[in-house]
Amino acid sequence: MIWLDTLVQGILLGGLYALFAAGLSLVFGIMRLVNLAHGDLIVMAAYLILLLVTLLGLSPFVAAAIAAPLMYLIGWGLQKHLLNRTLGTDILPPLLVTFGLSIALQNALLEGFSADSQRLPTGEISTASVDLGVMTVGVLPLLTFGSAVAVIVGLNQLFYRTELGRAFRATSDDPTTASLMGIRPSDIFAKATAIAMLVVTLAALYLGMRSNFDPNIGPARLIYAFQAVIIGGLGSLWGTLAGGIIIGLAQTIGAAINPEWQILAGHVAFLIVLLLRPRGLFPRAFD
Amino acid sequence: MSLLTTTGLTAHYGDFQALFGVDIALNEGETIAIIGANGAGKTTLMRSISGVLQNGPEMITLSGQPIGGLSADQILPLGLAMVPEGRRLFPSLSVEENLLIGTYGRKVDGYWSLEAIYDLFPILAERRNNPGTALSGGQQQMVAIGRALMSNPKVLLCDEISLGLAPVVIKDIYAAVPKIQASGASLIVVEQDIGQAMKVADRVYCMMEGRVTLEGTPDSFSRNDIHAAYFGVSA
Amino acid sequence: MTTQTQTPAYVVTTQTKASQITAVAACALLAALVLLPFVAGRGLIQDLFFVLTMLVLAQFWNLLAGYGGMVSIGQQAFVGMGAYAMFGGVILAGIDPIPAILLGGVAALIVAIPTAFFAFRLQGPYFAIGTWVIAEVMRLIMAQTQSLGGGTGTSLPRAATREMWATEWIAELFDVRNSAARDILTYWLALALAAASIAAIYALLRSKPGLALSAVRDNPEAAKSVGVDAGRMKWVVFLSSAFGTGLAGALIYVQKARISPDAAFSVTDWTAYVLFIVIIGGIGTIEGPIIGVIIFFLLQSLLADFGSWYLFTLGIIGILVMLIAPRGLWGLITDKTGIQLFPVRRRLSGGTQDTSDT
Repeated sequence: MIWLDTLVQGILLGGLYALFAAGLSLVFGIMRLVNLAHGDLIVMAAYLILLLVTLLGLSPFVAAAIAAPLMYLIGWGLQKHLLNRTLGTDILPPLLVTFGLSIALQNALLEGFSADSQRLPTGEISTASVDLGVMTVGVLPLLTFGSAVAVIVGLNQLFYRTELGRAFRATSDDPTTASLMGIRPSDIFAKATAIAMLVVTLAALYLGMRSNFDPNIGPARLIYAFQAVIIGGLGSLWGTLAGGIIIGLAQTIGAAINPEWQILAGHVAFLIVLLLRPRGLFPRAFD
Repeated sequence: MSLLTTTGLTAHYGDFQALFGVDIALNEGETIAIIGANGAGKTTLMRSISGVLQNGPEMITLSGQPIGGLSADQILPLGLAMVPEGRRLFPSLSVEENLLIGTYGRKVDGYWSLEAIYDLFPILAERRNNPGTALSGGQQQMVAIGRALMSNPKVLLCDEISLGLAPVVIKDIYAAVPKIQASGASLIVVEQDIGQAMKVADRVYCMMEGRVTLEGTPDSFSRNDIHAAYFGVSA
Repeated sequence: MTTQTQTPAYVVTTQTKASQITAVAACALLAALVLLPFVAGRGLIQDLFFVLTMLVLAQFWNLLAGYGGMVSIGQQAFVGMGAYAMFGGVILAGIDPIPAILLGGVAALIVAIPTAFFAFRLQGPYFAIGTWVIAEVMRLIMAQTQSLGGGTGTSLPRAATREMWATEWIAELFDVRNSAARDILTYWLALALAAASIAAIYALLRSKPGLALSAVRDNPEAAKSVGVDAGRMKWVVFLSSAFGTGLAGALIYVQKARISPDAAFSVTDWTAYVLFIVIIGGIGTIEGPIIGVIIFFLLQSLLADFGSWYLFTLGIIGILVMLIAPRGLWGLITDKTGIQLFPVRRRLSGGTQDTSDT
């Protein structure tokens, strides 16, 4: 029974990692940009929610709903005014600029909020659980997982059912020809990053309610997100969910064997997948 | 006044100058053909007019408005669309999505709609849900033309629409041109296939090494004139 | 019979006037730096040790990213493994710390082989984060290695540091205490390592395979079509960069004499700083990291008291340089003056002489 419990915990933890990863996957799929500040942006969103909770006395969910449009604007501006200028055939500028951004964000947060650990107040929800007969499962992990699935479904709908999604795919295929269709690639990229920041806000909400956070944890979240994206296969959103679950499972199983092996087990799972399936589990047909 | 003009148009790729003062004019309802050998500057001219390349603002006008400095996405809404060389369909979009992307972000009134395109190229209706790149070369060219028509442009640029296609397929594609002309659009047809171009064009420009070397109605010049303008030598 | 001295019409050179002056100036500077401990205080020697070791790390990251096109964020893996191998040699095998530095380089080289095997499966940005993950794996493994202090780390045994090779001789020569003698020794080693690294990288870049490297960076497809083996060059660059970084890591930790996994595998200390040094100075040149490390040191001296604002500023400067002057300060200087101190490109000159044969 303990093993079943471990498996379920692992899958649910994977939901959180898929939330970390979905924004990264979306942005990469559209503009081949890896934002090394992704983890730090999640942490920044968590502090934004915390700020709204403490200043206005809101519940974290309401605070996240207010933070989301702000993060949307931040993402839009960041892409439009900074990251778009780094896109091109050379991979150095986007990598180094987002790395610089990561360092700057981390240290600005340190300066603003100190290195102390914080947590979003959750009330009863953090201890509530549902009895599934064979085991009990926490409401918060379930909610996280459900949100991850909802985000993946929503992004897929956006991608394959809307005019904006069509423009996303067309621009991703061929920005020059897309501009001949009246699409402005820099606007499309800005919208994509803005939408990714909505997902980042949701990820930040669950991160902040489920565990402590401080300004330095961003890079590790980036790594988990990145591993989920690579395991799933570049550009595949369902693959990203699968990747998140694999990392979550590996970490939970590793931790069940030896608590100190949690993170290491996730990394090792990633390296094994990389060794056996270099293009991930669900690579897209063309690239 | 001409619908579209270029005046002293120059274009550069880095240090390399590709166009040396090109003057052309397209009148309302007219079809002009631009012919010339490989490297004559035809495609550069198309890329300049469509806004893929930027030029001096006054070098190109559309309905009297200077558009030389605008980007492609700014020019399209003004009523100028292009069928790019090599078709360039979006591989992750289906045939129908490729057509719909032609109207991105705008409500477009006019003759051309999905139904009108499917009427023009019935085979596309059958294959509407296939990925664009799963089609044959000729069918892909139909999608590319339909995609550009979806924005109901005043001016349609067709860059090498016969390139790489079998003669019988080229005939099918060119069979659509009169219908496009009848819808009221003015056309610029860039071709290496002189025969096809001459048949549909009201006037012809011949280019060589980045300059216009011959201009006139198709019946106004001889084979020899074209040969001289095309290759720089007389036959 | 006349003997005809034939003057070659064309001469291929890589030398420039500036490079000849540089060679002379570099020798003079090297001599001055070797003799510096006779006049300088301990603080300056320690500062210079820091500058020189950062310069070595920067040169090797620049070789990897600037010339090899492999943007790694995982160089801390080799600093850490080099340092831990040195500690292992001293603590577990009783080797003197100085020869154990070589052990550090070799260990980094060895772990670089499987690392490359994994990382080369990833392209561009994924290579960057992939190398980072591998460095994290090494950090976590070292944190589990109880014989070298586990997660909390350990120190070099006092006996080993006191009796380190040549310290006694230096202590007598300079009439200083053992700890100051150790600083002078590590400073000299850092100086030797920096000079040797620059010379070796310069030699590599000027060699035929080195030129192939530039070709691969500029256009991998074209390089392949003229028979340049891009894959093999990637291995050569990755492994030599790991070896040099491992040596530097081991040397840094001989001086620090105390190690922990978090410090030895720190992405900030061993990769972020190094990145900024190279970007600010000018990526893809040998001069760039030299200028970068000087600016980095000045910035650190100026802003060190401001804590996180210092790193914040560094991040912002990095972004601005990348956007405004992507080839760094040295790029600006060469654009303005045309000076090249370490010319790699071969230039064709001559061709005007008349070599008529009779």
